[in-house]
Amino acid sequence: MDLRRDVFQAIADPTRRTILTLVALQAMTPGAIAENFDSTRQTVSRHIQILIECELLEQRQAGREIYYQLNPEKFRVIADFIEPFRQLWEDRFAKLESIMKEPPPTEKP
Amino acid sequence: MKPTTQVHAADGRQELTITRDFDLPLHRLFRAFEDPDIVARWMGTKVVKLENRRHGGWEYETSGPNGQVVFRAHGVIHDFVPNQRITRTFEMDNNSFPPQLEFLEFSALSERTSHLRMHIVFKSVADRNQLVQLPFAKGLGMAHDRLQRIMDK
Repeated sequence: MDLRRDVFQAIADPTRRTILTLVALQAMTPGAIAENFDSTRQTVSRHIQILIECELLEQRQAGREIYYQLNPEKFRVIADFIEPFRQLWEDRFAKLESIMKEPPPTEKP
Repeated sequence: MKPTTQVHAADGRQELTITRDFDLPLHRLFRAFEDPDIVARWMGTKVVKLENRRHGGWEYETSGPNGQVVFRAHGVIHDFVPNQRITRTFEMDNNSFPPQLEFLEFSALSERTSHLRMHIVFKSVADRNQLVQLPFAKGLGMAHDRLQRIMDK
């Protein structure tokens, strides 16, 4: 295959996005990843291969098992990885502030 | 005053801080963390338990559109001083993240404005980095949609 292996190609596929979401939670074996899909193990492992080629996934050997985990350095290439986390809290705090600016009818009866 | 949330996560440290100024008097800001009904509204979760005292516990539970529980988290309140600080642990159920330790510090900036500093300590640098990537992974779908729109032009 003569495809450009870059991070944008990697995230263009829904299966690969799901794989990234799964391994963002914890390092996983290829078998555990494949269990989340209806497609064949072969198809899933081709997706994993692409993610490895563009360095979004890292491979780690633990005994006889191979685990895949996110490569956080590469993630920074597509976005500042802290920003969505910051945005999550900003959304919560903005909501908090607007709720607390409502007149407090029950606070001091 | 333009209130914005800042996150500081220095490379190689197993901690991060979240800070924000609020256009609220200190007691109003603190109340938003103390009252379970208010917490439920801004956190967007059901507050199953919130015992605001030393050695108290807390528990959140979020359900999906079909009523199935999609998120559950719990912890212990280690210290609770009204209008000053809350020290607590935080742990999510059903995943491999270890508990984290959270120091919430509340202070007044003026009579009408206040400041919150959340200092979160993780078990390891890797745990911290994985946790902050959770919303990012969710955002990947949106990033792709944006990319698709650009490519379609």
